[in-house]
Amino acid sequence: MKVKKAESNILEGDMTPMIDMTFQLIAFLMVMINFTADDVSNKLTLPESELARPPEGEPEKNRLIIQLTKDNKVIMGGDELSLDRLKAMLSAEARAFTNQGVLLTDATVYIRADTECRTGKVQEVIKECQAQKFERFVLRAKEKGGN
Amino acid sequence: MKMRKNTEAKVEQNMTAMIDVVFQLLTFFVMSFKVAAMEGDFNIKMPASGASSASVTDTAPPIKIKMSAGENGTLKNFKVGSNEPMINFKDMTRTIKSLLKSSSSPGLENETEVELDCDYTLKYEYVIKAITAISGEKQSDGSVVKLVQKIKFSPPKAAPAN
Repeated sequence: MKVKKAESNILEGDMTPMIDMTFQLIAFLMVMINFTADDVSNKLTLPESELARPPEGEPEKNRLIIQLTKDNKVIMGGDELSLDRLKAMLSAEARAFTNQGVLLTDATVYIRADTECRTGKVQEVIKECQAQKFERFVLRAKEKGGN
Repeated sequence: MKMRKNTEAKVEQNMTAMIDVVFQLLTFFVMSFKVAAMEGDFNIKMPASGASSASVTDTAPPIKIKMSAGENGTLKNFKVGSNEPMINFKDMTRTIKSLLKSSSSPGLENETEVELDCDYTLKYEYVIKAITAISGEKQSDGSVVKLVQKIKFSPPKAAPAN
């Protein structure tokens, strides 16, 4: 009598589609992730504007980002600064630009201020930048209808 | 001679470690992913007053917009030049348009400058609203008609005592 070989009872699901999907997800998230946005504070609610359009082309290389919270606090490089400390930081940044051969008139100061921030505080920050010979400013706003 | 049966050797790789790592990666990316709101820019070229720069030209003086703050930094009203105080930003756009039209020079929007004179306590959102009203007008078809592109601030005022 022919003895039938006992078949294995282990059922193995096909993992290929799941692994494919997972890799697709990882690829998508890797492409979309933006680590450069880390220097941008999430504590702020930017004012909305229907004319605010994302800038086209390459992002500005010679730039400084200064942020102002609703409590009128100044944030630069992730640190909360007093106006005196800001002066020192701006002076150091100006020196760094000059050492790199960048004209301060070509550097851009990005100002991201909260909707609730006092305008006078924004003007004080601009004045400090002007004292260091920065001339170009960009006021950031949120695109109206955006997230 | 005894012949050995030719059995098919099936090599199965253990996928567990790879799947573990892949899920770790996936978790990391999902956690650090944030949908950033689209942000736009308003450019302002503003050298320090008194600086001997090329921007100091003999063009017409800037249109002054005085923005007054009410209680809690809300907008009380604004005055465009010597016009009556207004509260609606559409009126600001209308006034700017009429001021640009009243001049005979074509393409004056490239030359005209607006100076914003704001109270210290005014909330920043009103400044952006004013800049939006000054710099252009959105049409019903989504296109934007550009108005004034040169905007600057007047020197900052002293902070209130309290």
